[in-house]
Amino acid sequence: MSHEDLLLEVADLHVYYGAIHALKGISIRVPKGSIVTLIGANGAGKTTTLSTIAGLVKARSGKIVFNGQDITNKPAYMVNQMGIAMVPEGRRIFPNLTVYENLMMGAYNRNDKEGIKNDLEWVFELFPRLRERLTQLGATLSGGEQQMLAISRALMSRPSLLMMDEPSLGLAPLLVAEVFDVIKKINAEGTTILLVEQNAMGALKTAHYGYVLETGNIVMEAPTTELLNNEQVKKAYLGVA
Amino acid sequence: MSARMFMQNLFNGLTLGGLYALIAIGYTMVYGILRLINFAHGDVFMIGTYLAFYGVTLMLLPWWLAIVVAIIGSAAIGFLIDRVAYKPLRESPRISALITAIGVSFFLESFAVVVFGGIPKSFLKIIPNFLKKIVTIGELRIQVLTFFALAIIAGLLVLLLWIVYRTKIGMAMRAISTDIPTTALMGVNTDTVIGFTFALGSALAGASGIIWAMRYPQIFPYMGFMPGLKAFIAAVFGGIGSIQGAMLGGFILGMAEIMIVGFLPQLAGYRDVFAFIILILILSFKPTGIMGKKLTVKV
Repeated sequence: MSHEDLLLEVADLHVYYGAIHALKGISIRVPKGSIVTLIGANGAGKTTTLSTIAGLVKARSGKIVFNGQDITNKPAYMVNQMGIAMVPEGRRIFPNLTVYENLMMGAYNRNDKEGIKNDLEWVFELFPRLRERLTQLGATLSGGEQQMLAISRALMSRPSLLMMDEPSLGLAPLLVAEVFDVIKKINAEGTTILLVEQNAMGALKTAHYGYVLETGNIVMEAPTTELLNNEQVKKAYLGVA
Repeated sequence: MSARMFMQNLFNGLTLGGLYALIAIGYTMVYGILRLINFAHGDVFMIGTYLAFYGVTLMLLPWWLAIVVAIIGSAAIGFLIDRVAYKPLRESPRISALITAIGVSFFLESFAVVVFGGIPKSFLKIIPNFLKKIVTIGELRIQVLTFFALAIIAGLLVLLLWIVYRTKIGMAMRAISTDIPTTALMGVNTDTVIGFTFALGSALAGASGIIWAMRYPQIFPYMGFMPGLKAFIAAVFGGIGSIQGAMLGGFILGMAEIMIVGFLPQLAGYRDVFAFIILILILSFKPTGIMGKKLTVKV
Protein backbone atom coordinates (compact mmCIF):
# COMPACT_ATOMS: atom_id res chain seq x y z
CA MET A 1 0.00 0.00 0.00
CA SER A 2 1.35 3.41 -0.88
CA HIS A 3 1.98 5.98 1.82
CA GLU A 4 -0.64 8.42 0.53
CA ASP A 5 -3.41 5.92 1.13
CA LEU A 6 -2.71 5.78 4.86
CA LEU A 7 -5.06 7.73 7.14
CA LEU A 8 -3.34 6.74 10.36
CA GLU A 9 0.09 5.39 11.03
CA VAL A 10 1.31 4.39 14.48
CA ALA A 11 5.01 3.62 14.64
CA ASP A 12 6.86 1.88 17.48
CA LEU A 13 4.59 3.23 20.22
CA HIS A 14 5.73 2.76 23.81
CA VAL A 15 3.43 3.63 26.72
CA TYR A 16 4.02 3.26 30.45
CA TYR A 17 1.61 3.45 33.39
CA GLY A 18 4.09 4.28 36.12
CA ALA A 19 6.51 1.37 36.06
CA ILE A 20 4.25 -0.85 33.96
CA HIS A 21 5.28 -1.09 30.33
CA ALA A 22 1.83 -1.26 28.73
CA LEU A 23 2.67 -0.88 25.04
CA LYS A 24 6.00 -2.29 23.91
CA GLY A 25 6.49 -0.89 20.45
CA ILE A 26 3.16 -1.06 18.64
CA SER A 27 2.98 -0.27 14.91
CA ILE A 28 -0.35 -0.03 13.13
CA ARG A 29 -1.34 1.22 9.69
CA VAL A 30 -4.90 2.19 8.89
CA PRO A 31 -5.59 2.79 5.18
CA LYS A 32 -8.22 5.34 4.12
CA GLY A 33 -11.67 3.84 3.77
CA SER A 34 -10.89 0.58 5.56
CA ILE A 35 -11.99 -1.12 8.74
CA VAL A 36 -8.99 -2.22 10.80
CA THR A 37 -9.41 -4.20 13.99
CA LEU A 38 -7.23 -4.88 17.02
CA ILE A 39 -8.13 -8.08 18.80
CA GLY A 40 -6.67 -9.58 21.92
CA ALA A 41 -7.39 -10.64 25.46
CA ASN A 42 -8.05 -8.39 28.46
CA GLY A 43 -5.00 -6.35 29.33
CA ALA A 44 -3.32 -6.85 25.95
CA GLY A 45 -3.16 -3.07 25.43
CA LYS A 46 -6.04 -2.51 23.03
CA THR A 47 -7.70 0.27 25.00
CA THR A 48 -4.33 1.84 25.80
CA THR A 49 -3.55 1.98 22.09
CA LEU A 50 -6.79 3.81 21.31
CA SER A 51 -6.45 6.12 24.31
CA THR A 52 -2.93 7.08 23.26
CA ILE A 53 -4.03 7.86 19.71
CA ALA A 54 -6.94 9.88 21.12
CA GLY A 55 -4.59 11.92 23.31
CA LEU A 56 -5.89 10.73 26.69
CA VAL A 57 -2.70 8.82 27.52
CA LYS A 58 0.83 10.09 26.87
CA ALA A 59 3.29 8.07 24.82
CA ARG A 60 6.86 7.64 26.12
CA SER A 61 8.20 7.21 22.59
CA GLY A 62 7.03 6.43 19.11
CA LYS A 63 5.03 8.39 16.60
CA ILE A 64 1.38 8.79 15.62
CA VAL A 65 0.74 10.34 12.21
CA PHE A 66 -2.79 11.19 11.12
CA ASN A 67 -3.58 12.56 7.67
CA GLY A 68 0.12 13.38 7.24
CA GLN A 69 0.29 15.35 10.53
CA ASP A 70 2.17 14.31 13.64
CA ILE A 71 -0.40 14.08 16.44
CA THR A 72 1.77 12.31 19.02
CA ASN A 73 0.88 13.55 22.53
CA LYS A 74 -1.47 16.26 21.28
CA PRO A 75 -4.26 16.96 23.80
CA ALA A 76 -7.46 14.99 23.24
CA TYR A 77 -9.58 17.97 22.21
CA MET A 78 -7.14 18.86 19.42
CA VAL A 79 -7.03 15.28 18.16
CA ASN A 80 -10.82 15.32 17.94
CA GLN A 81 -10.81 18.65 16.13
CA MET A 82 -8.42 17.16 13.55
CA GLY A 83 -10.97 14.49 12.68
CA ILE A 84 -10.65 11.53 15.04
CA ALA A 85 -13.70 10.57 17.08
CA MET A 86 -13.88 7.86 19.68
CA VAL A 87 -16.58 5.62 21.05
CA PRO A 88 -15.05 4.98 24.46
CA GLU A 89 -15.12 1.73 26.35
CA GLY A 90 -18.16 1.54 28.58
CA ARG A 91 -19.94 4.04 26.29
CA ARG A 92 -19.46 6.98 28.65
CA ILE A 93 -22.75 8.65 27.90
CA PHE A 94 -23.23 11.92 29.79
CA PRO A 95 -25.90 10.72 32.23
CA ASN A 96 -27.13 14.18 33.24
CA LEU A 97 -27.54 15.41 29.67
CA THR A 98 -30.48 14.60 27.40
CA VAL A 99 -29.98 12.36 24.38
CA TYR A 100 -30.16 15.44 22.17
CA GLU A 101 -27.54 17.24 24.27
CA ASN A 102 -25.29 14.18 24.15
CA LEU A 103 -25.48 14.33 20.36
CA MET A 104 -24.79 18.06 20.40
CA MET A 105 -21.70 17.45 22.56
CA GLY A 106 -20.45 15.34 19.66
CA ALA A 107 -21.00 18.30 17.32
CA TYR A 108 -19.45 20.78 19.78
CA ASN A 109 -17.01 22.37 17.36
CA ARG A 110 -19.35 22.56 14.40
CA ASN A 111 -21.30 25.65 13.41
CA ASP A 112 -22.86 24.45 10.16
CA LYS A 113 -26.51 24.20 11.23
CA GLU A 114 -27.55 22.53 7.96
CA GLY A 115 -24.81 19.91 8.19
CA ILE A 116 -25.61 19.14 11.83
CA LYS A 117 -29.28 18.69 10.90
CA ASN A 118 -28.38 16.34 8.07
CA ASP A 119 -26.12 14.30 10.29
CA LEU A 120 -28.83 14.07 12.93
CA GLU A 121 -31.13 12.61 10.27
CA TRP A 122 -28.35 10.21 9.32
CA VAL A 123 -27.87 8.86 12.84
CA PHE A 124 -31.66 8.56 13.26
CA GLU A 125 -31.64 6.47 10.10
CA LEU A 126 -28.96 4.24 11.62
CA PHE A 127 -30.71 4.12 15.01
CA PRO A 128 -34.40 5.06 14.70
CA ARG A 129 -34.92 4.45 18.40
CA LEU A 130 -32.80 7.48 19.35
CA ARG A 131 -35.33 9.83 17.78
CA GLU A 132 -37.97 8.69 20.27
CA ARG A 133 -35.60 9.22 23.18
CA LEU A 134 -34.33 12.72 22.32
CA THR A 135 -35.55 14.50 25.45
CA GLN A 136 -34.70 11.67 27.88
CA LEU A 137 -31.66 11.87 30.09
CA GLY A 138 -28.74 9.69 29.03
CA ALA A 139 -28.86 7.83 32.34
CA THR A 140 -32.33 6.49 31.57
CA LEU A 141 -31.29 4.61 28.40
CA SER A 142 -30.75 0.87 28.27
CA GLY A 143 -27.25 -0.47 27.61
CA GLY A 144 -28.00 -1.06 23.93
CA GLU A 145 -29.48 2.40 23.50
CA GLN A 146 -26.46 3.94 25.24
CA GLN A 147 -24.17 2.17 22.78
CA MET A 148 -26.22 3.52 19.86
CA LEU A 149 -25.99 6.99 21.39
CA ALA A 150 -22.23 6.68 21.95
CA ILE A 151 -21.71 5.74 18.29
CA SER A 152 -24.05 8.48 17.09
CA ARG A 153 -22.41 11.07 19.33
CA ALA A 154 -19.02 10.22 17.84
CA LEU A 155 -20.43 10.42 14.31
CA MET A 156 -21.83 13.91 15.00
CA SER A 157 -18.34 15.38 14.73
CA ARG A 158 -18.12 14.06 11.14
CA PRO A 159 -14.83 12.25 11.82
CA SER A 160 -12.61 10.89 9.10
CA LEU A 161 -11.46 8.22 11.55
CA LEU A 162 -13.85 6.58 13.97
CA MET A 163 -12.24 4.61 16.80
CA MET A 164 -14.47 2.18 18.65
CA ASP A 165 -13.53 0.51 21.90
CA GLU A 166 -15.48 -2.72 22.52
CA PRO A 167 -18.77 -1.55 21.00
CA SER A 168 -20.30 -5.03 21.37
CA LEU A 169 -19.42 -5.45 25.04
CA GLY A 170 -22.34 -6.27 27.31
CA LEU A 171 -24.95 -6.29 24.55
CA ALA A 172 -27.56 -8.97 23.81
CA PRO A 173 -26.56 -11.22 20.88
CA LEU A 174 -29.12 -9.69 18.55
CA LEU A 175 -27.80 -6.20 19.30
CA VAL A 176 -24.22 -7.37 18.79
CA ALA A 177 -25.07 -8.37 15.24
CA GLU A 178 -26.81 -5.01 14.73
CA VAL A 179 -23.75 -3.10 15.95
CA PHE A 180 -21.44 -4.92 13.53
CA ASP A 181 -23.92 -4.24 10.71
CA VAL A 182 -23.95 -0.56 11.57
CA ILE A 183 -20.15 -0.47 11.57
CA LYS A 184 -20.18 -1.77 7.99
CA LYS A 185 -22.82 0.82 7.03
CA ILE A 186 -20.83 3.69 8.53
CA ASN A 187 -17.74 2.48 6.71
CA ALA A 188 -19.66 2.21 3.44
CA GLU A 189 -20.55 5.91 3.83
CA GLY A 190 -16.84 6.71 3.73
CA THR A 191 -15.68 6.73 7.36
CA THR A 192 -12.48 4.85 8.16
CA ILE A 193 -12.79 2.70 11.27
CA LEU A 194 -10.35 1.42 13.86
CA LEU A 195 -12.17 -1.22 15.89
CA VAL A 196 -11.04 -2.76 19.16
CA GLU A 197 -12.86 -5.93 20.18
CA GLN A 198 -12.77 -8.93 22.45
CA ASN A 199 -15.45 -10.46 20.26
CA ALA A 200 -12.81 -11.62 17.77
CA MET A 201 -15.19 -13.48 15.50
CA GLY A 202 -17.48 -10.51 15.01
CA ALA A 203 -14.58 -8.11 14.57
CA LEU A 204 -12.71 -10.26 12.04
CA LYS A 205 -15.87 -10.81 10.02
CA THR A 206 -16.50 -7.06 9.93
CA ALA A 207 -13.01 -5.67 9.35
CA HIS A 208 -10.66 -5.84 6.35
CA TYR A 209 -7.40 -6.11 8.20
CA GLY A 210 -6.56 -7.26 11.70
CA TYR A 211 -3.85 -7.06 14.33
CA VAL A 212 -3.52 -9.48 17.23
CA LEU A 213 -2.26 -7.98 20.49
CA GLU A 214 -0.70 -9.88 23.35
CA THR A 215 0.65 -8.15 26.49
CA GLY A 216 1.64 -4.96 24.73
CA ASN A 217 3.01 -6.50 21.54
CA ILE A 218 1.57 -7.16 18.13
CA VAL A 219 2.07 -10.87 17.57
CA MET A 220 0.31 -11.21 14.25
CA GLU A 221 -1.19 -9.08 11.49
CA ALA A 222 -2.91 -10.04 8.27
CA PRO A 223 -6.02 -9.49 6.18
CA THR A 224 -8.97 -10.74 8.23
CA THR A 225 -9.75 -13.50 5.71
CA GLU A 226 -6.36 -14.99 6.56
CA LEU A 227 -6.70 -14.50 10.32
CA LEU A 228 -10.09 -16.22 10.30
CA ASN A 229 -8.41 -19.32 8.87
CA ASN A 230 -5.25 -19.16 10.96
CA GLU A 231 -4.99 -22.15 13.29
CA GLN A 232 -3.45 -20.18 16.16
CA VAL A 233 -6.10 -17.46 15.97
CA LYS A 234 -8.84 -20.05 15.74
CA LYS A 235 -7.62 -21.78 18.85
CA ALA A 236 -6.83 -18.75 21.01
CA TYR A 237 -9.52 -16.27 19.97
CA LEU A 238 -12.28 -17.88 17.98
CA GLY A 239 -12.93 -20.83 20.26
CA VAL A 240 -12.78 -23.35 17.46
CA ALA A 241 -10.22 -26.14 17.23
CA MET B 1 -43.34 38.99 66.85
CA SER B 2 -45.77 41.28 65.07
CA ALA B 3 -46.81 40.81 61.46
CA ARG B 4 -44.85 43.92 60.60
CA MET B 5 -41.68 42.55 62.16
CA PHE B 6 -42.22 39.26 60.44
CA MET B 7 -42.49 40.91 57.03
CA GLN B 8 -39.44 43.02 57.79
CA ASN B 9 -37.50 39.89 58.69
CA LEU B 10 -38.81 38.09 55.62
CA PHE B 11 -37.28 40.74 53.37
CA ASN B 12 -34.02 40.68 55.30
CA GLY B 13 -33.88 36.89 55.24
CA LEU B 14 -34.55 36.75 51.52
CA THR B 15 -31.80 39.24 50.80
CA LEU B 16 -29.25 37.62 53.07
CA GLY B 17 -30.19 34.19 51.70
CA GLY B 18 -29.81 35.44 48.14
CA LEU B 19 -26.35 36.75 48.93
CA TYR B 20 -25.35 33.39 50.41
CA ALA B 21 -26.84 31.65 47.38
CA LEU B 22 -24.77 33.75 44.97
CA ILE B 23 -21.55 32.73 46.75
CA ALA B 24 -22.62 29.12 47.28
CA ILE B 25 -23.09 28.61 43.53
CA GLY B 26 -19.38 29.24 42.96
CA TYR B 27 -18.40 26.66 45.57
CA THR B 28 -20.76 24.07 44.21
CA MET B 29 -19.86 24.54 40.53
CA VAL B 30 -16.14 24.20 41.16
CA TYR B 31 -16.70 21.23 43.44
CA GLY B 32 -18.98 19.63 40.85
CA ILE B 33 -16.19 19.64 38.29
CA LEU B 34 -12.93 19.35 40.22
CA ARG B 35 -14.08 17.89 43.57
CA LEU B 36 -12.21 20.84 45.05
CA ILE B 37 -13.38 23.14 47.85
CA ASN B 38 -12.14 26.48 46.62
CA PHE B 39 -11.42 28.15 49.94
CA ALA B 40 -10.29 31.32 48.17
CA HIS B 41 -13.85 31.86 46.97
CA GLY B 42 -14.86 33.98 49.98
CA ASP B 43 -11.91 36.25 49.32
CA VAL B 44 -13.04 36.93 45.77
CA PHE B 45 -16.21 38.26 47.44
CA MET B 46 -13.98 40.69 49.37
CA ILE B 47 -11.83 41.66 46.35
CA GLY B 48 -15.02 42.47 44.43
CA THR B 49 -16.02 45.10 47.00
CA TYR B 50 -12.61 46.76 46.87
CA LEU B 51 -12.70 46.83 43.07
CA ALA B 52 -16.05 48.65 43.23
CA PHE B 53 -14.75 50.97 45.96
CA TYR B 54 -11.68 51.98 43.97
CA GLY B 55 -13.70 52.17 40.79
CA VAL B 56 -15.67 55.04 42.33
CA THR B 57 -13.02 56.69 44.53
CA LEU B 58 -9.93 56.28 42.38
CA MET B 59 -11.13 55.89 38.81
CA LEU B 60 -14.12 58.21 39.42
CA LEU B 61 -16.51 55.94 37.60
CA PRO B 62 -20.27 56.31 38.12
CA TRP B 63 -21.43 53.82 40.78
CA TRP B 64 -23.21 51.44 38.41
CA LEU B 65 -20.28 51.30 36.01
CA ALA B 66 -17.89 50.70 38.91
CA ILE B 67 -20.04 47.74 39.95
CA VAL B 68 -20.08 46.28 36.45
CA VAL B 69 -16.31 46.70 36.16
CA ALA B 70 -15.82 45.15 39.62
CA ILE B 71 -17.92 42.11 38.69
CA ILE B 72 -15.92 41.62 35.49
CA GLY B 73 -12.74 42.10 37.55
CA SER B 74 -13.89 39.43 40.02
CA ALA B 75 -14.47 37.04 37.12
CA ALA B 76 -10.96 37.74 35.83
CA ILE B 77 -9.48 37.09 39.28
CA GLY B 78 -11.35 33.78 39.56
CA PHE B 79 -10.05 32.74 36.17
CA LEU B 80 -6.53 33.76 37.15
CA ILE B 81 -6.67 31.85 40.45
CA ASP B 82 -7.50 28.68 38.52
CA ARG B 83 -4.76 29.23 35.95
CA VAL B 84 -2.03 30.09 38.43
CA ALA B 85 -2.89 27.96 41.46
CA TYR B 86 -5.08 25.00 40.49
CA LYS B 87 -4.44 24.16 36.84
CA PRO B 88 -0.81 23.06 37.45
CA LEU B 89 -2.17 20.62 40.07
CA ARG B 90 -4.90 19.05 37.91
CA GLU B 91 -3.16 15.66 37.90
CA SER B 92 -1.97 15.87 41.53
CA PRO B 93 -3.72 14.31 44.52
CA ARG B 94 -6.77 16.28 45.60
CA ILE B 95 -5.24 17.13 48.95
CA SER B 96 -2.53 19.22 47.19
CA ALA B 97 -5.16 21.36 45.52
CA LEU B 98 -7.05 21.71 48.80
CA ILE B 99 -3.96 22.95 50.63
CA THR B 100 -3.26 25.30 47.73
CA ALA B 101 -6.80 26.67 48.05
CA ILE B 102 -6.13 27.58 51.69
CA GLY B 103 -2.86 29.16 50.59
CA VAL B 104 -4.60 31.24 47.93
CA SER B 105 -7.10 32.41 50.53
CA PHE B 106 -4.34 33.56 52.89
CA PHE B 107 -2.54 35.19 50.01
CA LEU B 108 -5.56 37.22 48.91
CA GLU B 109 -6.32 38.33 52.46
CA SER B 110 -2.73 39.37 53.16
CA PHE B 111 -2.51 41.01 49.76
CA ALA B 112 -5.60 43.05 50.63
CA VAL B 113 -4.15 44.07 54.00
CA VAL B 114 -0.93 45.28 52.37
CA VAL B 115 -2.39 46.95 49.30
CA PHE B 116 -5.80 48.19 50.50
CA GLY B 117 -4.89 48.56 54.19
CA GLY B 118 -6.29 46.76 57.21
CA ILE B 119 -8.49 49.62 58.41
CA PRO B 120 -12.12 49.22 57.32
CA LYS B 121 -13.23 51.59 54.59
CA SER B 122 -16.68 53.12 54.30
CA PHE B 123 -18.67 51.92 51.34
CA LEU B 124 -21.28 54.70 51.69
CA LYS B 125 -19.78 56.74 48.86
CA ILE B 126 -20.55 53.93 46.45
CA ILE B 127 -24.24 53.81 47.32
CA PRO B 128 -26.28 56.29 45.28
CA ASN B 129 -28.72 58.38 47.31
CA PHE B 130 -31.91 57.00 45.78
CA LEU B 131 -31.06 53.54 47.14
CA LYS B 132 -30.85 54.95 50.65
CA LYS B 133 -34.46 56.19 50.55
CA ILE B 134 -37.07 54.33 52.52
CA VAL B 135 -40.38 53.19 51.11
CA THR B 136 -43.38 52.84 53.40
CA ILE B 137 -45.88 50.16 52.51
CA GLY B 138 -48.61 50.19 55.13
CA GLU B 139 -46.66 49.70 58.33
CA LEU B 140 -43.61 48.30 56.54
CA ARG B 141 -40.56 50.49 56.11
CA ILE B 142 -38.13 49.11 53.57
CA GLN B 143 -35.07 50.64 52.01
CA VAL B 144 -35.06 50.95 48.23
CA LEU B 145 -31.72 49.15 48.42
CA THR B 146 -33.49 45.97 49.54
CA PHE B 147 -35.63 45.90 46.41
CA PHE B 148 -32.61 46.73 44.32
CA ALA B 149 -30.64 43.90 45.93
CA LEU B 150 -33.46 41.38 45.48
CA ALA B 151 -33.92 42.36 41.85
CA ILE B 152 -30.19 42.00 41.10
CA ILE B 153 -30.02 38.66 42.95
CA ALA B 154 -33.04 37.29 41.09
CA GLY B 155 -31.67 38.54 37.77
CA LEU B 156 -28.27 36.94 38.36
CA LEU B 157 -29.78 33.61 39.43
CA VAL B 158 -31.95 33.47 36.31
CA LEU B 159 -29.00 34.46 34.14
CA LEU B 160 -26.87 31.73 35.68
CA LEU B 161 -29.51 29.04 35.14
CA TRP B 162 -29.90 30.24 31.57
CA ILE B 163 -26.15 29.95 30.95
CA VAL B 164 -25.93 26.50 32.52
CA TYR B 165 -29.03 25.00 30.90
CA ARG B 166 -29.48 26.90 27.65
CA THR B 167 -26.03 27.65 26.23
CA LYS B 168 -23.35 25.55 24.61
CA ILE B 169 -20.71 26.35 27.24
CA GLY B 170 -23.27 25.52 29.95
CA MET B 171 -23.85 22.16 28.32
CA ALA B 172 -20.09 21.56 28.35
CA MET B 173 -20.00 22.54 32.05
CA ARG B 174 -22.64 19.95 32.85
CA ALA B 175 -20.89 17.33 30.73
CA ILE B 176 -17.52 17.99 32.33
CA SER B 177 -19.01 17.66 35.82
CA THR B 178 -19.63 13.96 35.19
CA ASP B 179 -16.72 13.03 32.92
CA ILE B 180 -13.71 15.18 32.09
CA PRO B 181 -11.86 12.81 29.69
CA THR B 182 -14.97 12.01 27.65
CA THR B 183 -15.75 15.71 27.37
CA ALA B 184 -12.24 16.21 25.99
CA LEU B 185 -12.90 13.43 23.47
CA MET B 186 -15.77 15.58 22.14
CA GLY B 187 -13.23 18.21 21.08
CA VAL B 188 -13.90 20.45 24.09
CA ASN B 189 -10.92 22.25 25.61
CA THR B 190 -11.70 21.28 29.19
CA ASP B 191 -9.31 23.83 30.71
CA THR B 192 -11.22 26.63 29.00
CA VAL B 193 -14.51 25.32 30.38
CA ILE B 194 -13.04 24.97 33.88
CA GLY B 195 -11.62 28.51 33.64
CA PHE B 196 -15.00 29.79 32.53
CA THR B 197 -16.64 28.06 35.50
CA PHE B 198 -14.25 29.80 37.89
CA ALA B 199 -14.91 33.14 36.20
CA LEU B 200 -18.67 32.69 36.36
CA GLY B 201 -18.67 31.67 40.04
CA SER B 202 -16.32 34.51 40.92
CA ALA B 203 -18.46 37.08 39.12
CA LEU B 204 -21.40 36.00 41.28
CA ALA B 205 -19.25 36.14 44.44
CA GLY B 206 -18.06 39.63 43.49
CA ALA B 207 -21.65 40.76 42.90
CA SER B 208 -22.67 39.28 46.23
CA GLY B 209 -19.83 41.10 47.98
CA ILE B 210 -20.83 44.45 46.49
CA ILE B 211 -24.49 44.10 47.50
CA TRP B 212 -23.34 42.93 50.93
CA ALA B 213 -21.16 46.02 51.30
CA MET B 214 -24.09 48.25 50.31
CA ARG B 215 -26.17 46.72 53.13
CA TYR B 216 -23.37 46.65 55.71
CA PRO B 217 -21.28 49.52 54.36
CA GLN B 218 -17.86 48.71 55.74
CA ILE B 219 -15.25 46.80 53.81
CA PHE B 220 -12.13 45.14 55.19
CA PRO B 221 -9.73 42.41 54.06
CA TYR B 222 -11.27 39.62 56.17
CA MET B 223 -14.89 40.44 55.38
CA GLY B 224 -15.16 37.46 53.03
CA PHE B 225 -14.31 34.87 55.64
CA MET B 226 -17.62 34.45 57.46
CA PRO B 227 -19.98 34.88 54.47
CA GLY B 228 -17.73 32.50 52.51
CA LEU B 229 -17.87 29.92 55.26
CA LYS B 230 -21.63 30.21 55.58
CA ALA B 231 -22.14 30.00 51.84
CA PHE B 232 -19.99 26.88 51.87
CA ILE B 233 -22.30 25.44 54.53
CA ALA B 234 -25.26 26.43 52.35
CA ALA B 235 -23.70 24.55 49.43
CA VAL B 236 -23.14 21.45 51.58
CA PHE B 237 -26.63 21.78 53.02
CA GLY B 238 -28.17 21.98 49.54
CA GLY B 239 -26.04 19.10 48.29
CA ILE B 240 -22.61 20.07 47.07
CA GLY B 241 -22.35 19.81 43.29
CA SER B 242 -25.98 20.82 42.77
CA ILE B 243 -26.62 24.39 41.59
CA GLN B 244 -30.29 24.36 42.56
CA GLY B 245 -29.24 22.91 45.91
CA ALA B 246 -26.80 25.77 46.49
CA MET B 247 -29.54 28.30 45.74
CA LEU B 248 -32.00 26.59 48.04
CA GLY B 249 -29.38 26.07 50.75
CA GLY B 250 -28.41 29.75 50.60
CA PHE B 251 -31.97 30.97 50.98
CA ILE B 252 -32.80 28.52 53.77
CA LEU B 253 -29.67 29.41 55.71
CA GLY B 254 -30.13 33.17 55.31
CA MET B 255 -33.79 32.99 56.23
CA ALA B 256 -33.12 30.73 59.24
CA GLU B 257 -30.41 33.02 60.53
CA ILE B 258 -32.62 36.12 60.38
CA MET B 259 -35.75 34.40 61.65
CA ILE B 260 -34.09 32.70 64.61
CA VAL B 261 -32.66 36.01 65.73
CA GLY B 262 -36.02 37.67 65.02
CA PHE B 263 -38.05 35.19 67.05
CA LEU B 264 -35.52 34.71 69.81
CA PRO B 265 -33.64 38.01 70.15
CA GLN B 266 -31.92 36.76 73.32
CA LEU B 267 -29.98 34.34 71.10
CA ALA B 268 -28.71 37.08 68.77
CA GLY B 269 -25.18 36.60 70.07
CA TYR B 270 -25.22 33.02 68.84
CA ARG B 271 -26.20 34.05 65.34
CA ASP B 272 -23.14 32.56 63.66
CA VAL B 273 -23.44 29.34 65.62
CA PHE B 274 -26.66 28.28 63.88
CA ALA B 275 -25.00 27.82 60.53
CA PHE B 276 -22.41 25.51 62.03
CA ILE B 277 -25.01 23.52 63.95
CA ILE B 278 -26.77 23.01 60.62
CA LEU B 279 -23.48 21.88 59.08
CA ILE B 280 -22.86 19.35 61.84
CA LEU B 281 -26.43 18.04 61.62
CA ILE B 282 -26.40 17.69 57.85
CA LEU B 283 -23.01 15.98 57.85
CA SER B 284 -24.22 13.56 60.52
CA PHE B 285 -27.61 12.67 59.07
CA LYS B 286 -27.62 13.46 55.34
CA PRO B 287 -24.09 14.14 54.10
CA THR B 288 -25.25 14.39 50.48
CA GLY B 289 -27.43 17.40 51.37
CA ILE B 290 -31.05 18.01 50.45
CA MET B 291 -30.62 17.91 46.67
CA GLY B 292 -27.34 16.06 46.37
CA LYS B 293 -26.97 12.70 44.71
CA LYS B 294 -24.91 9.88 46.03
CA LEU B 295 -21.48 10.19 44.52
CA THR B 296 -20.45 7.18 42.55
CA VAL B 297 -16.78 6.43 42.72
CA LYS B 298 -15.24 6.64 39.29
CA VAL B 299 -13.27 3.58 38.25
